[in-house]
Amino acid sequence: MKKIFPPTIHLAITLVWLVVSLYMIFLYAPEEATMGEAQRIFYIHFSVACTSLLAFFFVFLGSMGYLMKRSRPADDFAYASAEVGFLYCCAVLITGPLWAKPAWGIWWTWDPRLTSTFILWLLYIAYLMLRSYVTNPGRVEVLSAVFGILGSVDAVIDYMAIRWWRTQHPQPVLAGGPGSGLDPRMWLTVFVTWGAFLCLFFYLLRQRMTMARTQRELIQLRRELAT
Amino acid sequence: MHSLNVVWAVFAKDLRVEWRSRETLAPMCVFGLLVVFLFNFAFETAHEETLRLLPGLLWIAFAFSGILGFNRSFAAERENGCMEGMALAPVDPSAIFVGKLMANLVFLGVTEAVIVFAAAIWYNFSFLPSLGWLALIVFFGTLGYAALGTIFGAIAANTRMREVMLPVMQFPVAFWILILAVDATSDALRNAASSEISQGLFRVAGISVIFAAVSFLLFEYVLEE
Amino acid sequence: MPLAATRANQALELFNVSKYFGDLEALKGVRFQVARGDSVLLFGPNGAGKTTLLRTLAALSHPSEGEVRYGGQDFYKDPQTAKAAIGFVSHVTFLYGELTARENLRFNGKLFGLHSLEEKIDRALELFAMQDRGNEPIRQLSRGLQQRASLARAFLHDPDFLLLDEPFTGLDARATDNLQSILCHLPEQGKAVVFSVHDFELGASMAHRLVALERGSVRYDGELKDAPLQTLGIKK
Repeated sequence: MKKIFPPTIHLAITLVWLVVSLYMIFLYAPEEATMGEAQRIFYIHFSVACTSLLAFFFVFLGSMGYLMKRSRPADDFAYASAEVGFLYCCAVLITGPLWAKPAWGIWWTWDPRLTSTFILWLLYIAYLMLRSYVTNPGRVEVLSAVFGILGSVDAVIDYMAIRWWRTQHPQPVLAGGPGSGLDPRMWLTVFVTWGAFLCLFFYLLRQRMTMARTQRELIQLRRELAT
Repeated sequence: MHSLNVVWAVFAKDLRVEWRSRETLAPMCVFGLLVVFLFNFAFETAHEETLRLLPGLLWIAFAFSGILGFNRSFAAERENGCMEGMALAPVDPSAIFVGKLMANLVFLGVTEAVIVFAAAIWYNFSFLPSLGWLALIVFFGTLGYAALGTIFGAIAANTRMREVMLPVMQFPVAFWILILAVDATSDALRNAASSEISQGLFRVAGISVIFAAVSFLLFEYVLEE
Repeated sequence: MPLAATRANQALELFNVSKYFGDLEALKGVRFQVARGDSVLLFGPNGAGKTTLLRTLAALSHPSEGEVRYGGQDFYKDPQTAKAAIGFVSHVTFLYGELTARENLRFNGKLFGLHSLEEKIDRALELFAMQDRGNEPIRQLSRGLQQRASLARAFLHDPDFLLLDEPFTGLDARATDNLQSILCHLPEQGKAVVFSVHDFELGASMAHRLVALERGSVRYDGELKDAPLQTLGIKK
């Protein structure tokens, strides 16, 4: 992996891609009729939101992988996904209100999508807290994997339950997201931006995993030195 | 067959320990009553608002008392390494889970009955017309909630600051059990159409059973070292 | 089946086991086998890995590397059979403070699925002279009595392998003599004993084999009488 696709090249591609998507967001995509300039933050908001959800799916994969195979890299993958995913989830919660205020006139509403994002954020926090509070260092991987799986079940149920819940509550003030009549240039911008943020996500993920591996090697070396 | 005996042995042991120590059930009930009591003054409920606030009040009281109980449930096992003592025996870890879950269900069930009784008196509200539905909703909601509490209690027993870690894990995951249970309870207390109430009940039961099943399958990993 | 093969088949074994706790390496590539009829003294300074070794044998602690075997098979393939053959005493008692010794034993007997349980409880309590104190809650007993109850718990299901971590802790002179004579006679009954003690003299009086541990590695494993005590730094 390192040889075929070195991190520096990955980083360079990410940066160029981000610049391209910034250009598209602010200059290429047409202005939205009702929401105006503020709508442009939607491209970033949507990209980080999708990625943060995907990241929890990775936590699930890594957790399953660890419980079944006891493989260290699977655990590294789950942990790194959780950390980077948490970062993205924070970005969702910051960009959301920034867009909501001009668009809806309020910072926050307990609309289903916002609620499920907030729960996802809490799940990330619980997962990361658990990892740092387990007393026996040999048990962190197993316990956090168990929580990761239960958390993922919850994240899936979120999307099911929200539809049930909605039937009894007022519809959201305004359904965000790409409508059916979206301009083709807007669509293209959505995909390019999402691609850029995914590329950044995977860059951070692999760097975090490399760091975890290096850390383990360091501990191994220290052990060998001690004997 | 052996596993059923183990389930029963663990369950009976928990009840017996509780009977001697009285360290779980009594604090849970007292805490639940305090929540109901404080809620009344925090919201200064007028009589006509009772119906709107009661479902949420009940489930908040259930949820907080539950946390207290789940923490206690494994605090007792930690003492003298009893949890490991069970892991030494040739038993299916799932059987231990079911035994602990049943004990937690009994403790939380009794607490819930006390809370509902207190709410009936203090809020002058008659639960009698909807008691059947309410019992079903509370049973299924509690099943999922306690299953999560049992596995998270066992996880939290392995952490520093376990009193904090348990609710931090429990509330986001159990969120929908609580919310849907509040919805269903609200329908039941309003005496809505049976079809409406049963729909709510099925949703609560569905999610609870899913979480209970996943917790059941995962518990063996929590017990091992 | 020839006797030797039966013995090997029923051995409990650590195969190249290492155990890490973060930075700390508690066991390093340990190879250790104990068969029925053995009596093994585990000896070493604090932190040598005696407790971790015993906990790993009892499957309370998963090895980070290597394998635990019972009867030549991976322990974790069929943990139930292996666990039924092991009795473990540790520095914690595994007993519920609110319950009496008898109730604790009854609970454990049910977990082990024992038949004619009450008789076995009586026998185990009697073995450690606990029959008069069996109906008092563990919490109210002295440390020595708690230790005896914990020993009774480990002997209750008549296990083939007894793993005892500092079993003499808190025992008075009479109880020490009693346990000493019990341990001495176990190998004759085809049982295996692996135990650790701080007092080398006391330990040596009961074991045929010595396993000396230092910093997680086995420094000596063989007949106790042939052990180079001087080189191992053990003072007679």
